Amino acid sequence: MNKTLYPAIFAAIIMLVLTSLMLGVNLKTEGIALTLEGADQQTWLAIGAATLVVFFFQLFRAQITRAIKLPTLPSVDSVLPAGQQRDTLTRIGAGLVILAMFIWPFFGSRGAVDLATLTLIYVMLGLGLNIVVGLAGLLDLGYVAFYAVGAYTYALLSLYFDVSFWIALPLSGLLAAIFGFLLGFPVLRLRGDYLAIVTLGFGEIIRILLNNWTSLTGGPNGISRIPKPDLFGLEFTRRAKGEGNIPFHEYFGIAYDPSHKVIFLYLLAVILVLITVYVIHRLTRMPIGRAWEALREDDIACRSLGLNPTFIKLTAFTMGASFAGFAGCFFAARQGFISPESFVFIESAIILAIVVLGGMGSQLGIILAAVMLTVLPELAREFQEYRMLMFGLMMVFMMIWRPQGLVPMKRPHLELKQYD
Amino acid sequence: MLENILYFIQQLLNGLTIGSTYALIAIGYTMVYGIIGMINFAHGEVYMIGTYVSFIVIAGLTVLGLENLPLIFMAALLVSMGVAAAYGFTIERVAYRPLRGQPRLLALISAIGMSIFLQNFVRISQGSRDIAMPSLVTGGWSFGDASSFEVSLSYMQVIIWVVTLITMAALTLFISRSKWGRACRACSQDLGMTNMLGINTNNIIALTFVVGAAMAAVAGLLVGMYYGVVNPYIGFIAGLKAFTAAVLGGIGSIPGAMLGGLLLGVTEAMTSAYFSSEYKDVVAFGLLITILLFRPSGLLGKPEVEKI
Repeated sequence: MNKTLYPAIFAAIIMLVLTSLMLGVNLKTEGIALTLEGADQQTWLAIGAATLVVFFFQLFRAQITRAIKLPTLPSVDSVLPAGQQRDTLTRIGAGLVILAMFIWPFFGSRGAVDLATLTLIYVMLGLGLNIVVGLAGLLDLGYVAFYAVGAYTYALLSLYFDVSFWIALPLSGLLAAIFGFLLGFPVLRLRGDYLAIVTLGFGEIIRILLNNWTSLTGGPNGISRIPKPDLFGLEFTRRAKGEGNIPFHEYFGIAYDPSHKVIFLYLLAVILVLITVYVIHRLTRMPIGRAWEALREDDIACRSLGLNPTFIKLTAFTMGASFAGFAGCFFAARQGFISPESFVFIESAIILAIVVLGGMGSQLGIILAAVMLTVLPELAREFQEYRMLMFGLMMVFMMIWRPQGLVPMKRPHLELKQYD
Repeated sequence: MLENILYFIQQLLNGLTIGSTYALIAIGYTMVYGIIGMINFAHGEVYMIGTYVSFIVIAGLTVLGLENLPLIFMAALLVSMGVAAAYGFTIERVAYRPLRGQPRLLALISAIGMSIFLQNFVRISQGSRDIAMPSLVTGGWSFGDASSFEVSLSYMQVIIWVVTLITMAALTLFISRSKWGRACRACSQDLGMTNMLGINTNNIIALTFVVGAAMAAVAGLLVGMYYGVVNPYIGFIAGLKAFTAAVLGGIGSIPGAMLGGLLLGVTEAMTSAYFSSEYKDVVAFGLLITILLFRPSGLLGKPEVEKI
């Protein structure tokens, strides 16, 4: 008994120390003086309850872990039929889903379509970061910087040179890729965790630059009135802005409806995401994609087989950055307004959370995770405040419980048993 | 001419002040890195929590009517060190220990998750707005000619130096003389071998997190009293800066962290004074990238040999 009693008491005391001051008392300013305010009874009850839970959990830890096994998710193989049949099934399923994605917005509400568009942006970002983190195994914490580069490319080009969305889209991707290349070239020789910190610093540098280079970027005020994309010269406004342009509704002789624009943006996002999925899917089957994964698994073996690790990492980094650039360009067009506020570290963390939750390397998982992480907080608005708290907790929990993510990447492989 | 020199000296003093707090936070990074070879990503949050706890203690004692300043200071120091140590311990237990022996990427991600969790935990429990505290220690000395430029040195700055010096000296003694310190040094040389020799390495790893967190809390109290403001987001930038300091001095080396912190503080003060204060963070991160590229082992660190 004593063997578990002392650790249990210790854990309970730690729990009390952690919570009592930070949760139990609130700082408050009165005039210029700083005073304290005790939290309400409920909070103190919660603190007490948490302490008791920790105490009893530690006390009966052995019994509890034996009694409750964390549920393991069913593997995909057991649900689906095997082999050839499964391939056809997957294809038909995917085809139906894609068809549904094109049809439903015409019947859905405007708010839902808008939310779906936002979700698709996150899907695109998640897929792009997946190349870097999931496939190549490089932790990039400044991914949002490339997103910002893409968004600002379009915003600035349209502001100063009146460049249209369709020309800016490839340019955004290209410029983001160039930034990725320029950053990656020197830093990719670094070890994993150094790389994480350097990319984090790079992300901050870009944000600070955008914030302070007021003459070019408008600083914290951002850039507003970014034009929406058009459809082969047809604008989705009540009256055409460009010279000689015709609005969409006039061309087709239908009444003006602002939801046309929303649906158009959604469809555009769907197409961009489909292209992204397809390109990345093909890339993973090309030698370069194989090399990314090989490098993630074993750096040294790769080098001994004659692969140039820096070059391979650089391609992953550049490709990932370019997708962030596309996403950023689309984001700027959809919002119509961007400011450095949209490109803070938390955004990088959310995208990383999507990749982690979905399963590093797994495209399907990332799409599902992006949908979950953007739609769930919208549905449970009262929990909005706890959103980031939950994200953080989830990242820790996923790493411990199921580091391969909800839908792990499937790949025939042989595992060598490790003997310590 | 004299004016310029005095101005320079003023910046140097300011830089050394902020630099010594960077050095204190950097200790946590460097000790953890020295032993398990990983970055403690949630360390900046521990510093932020340390600041909050010291504010709470100071406010609480003031409300209770205590007016003895040294006593308040000591109480705030001890309590915030204790609470921060508990946080450090928990971080290690929750986010690092279950992942030991797994790929490094996993521990890194779980630590980032921990950092986000702690930041938002404080945001929800204490509010996201700035909390200001009237300064407890006011006044100072001033030198030089009042008509041209006067170098001012506040009592608070001197307190920061003295406390940092004492803390660093105590830490150095602890590492070099005590039984635990010896175990720490052994762990940083060879974790597996130390374990075989009958030292509980798990406890030593937890100890480094705890000591690092306590150092961060000291910095939290000092910076909190110096600037008089705290919000839940200060940990992020401070952590990044302190990490830069640790890398600058050579990560894994404690004297390196001290040197790196002071150098970074002075660099920042000089950038703000002679270039632009908006870009001082850019300069700090640029410095970090440059060091990692050209001298990853830092100023005082030993070059790392990659073992296969």
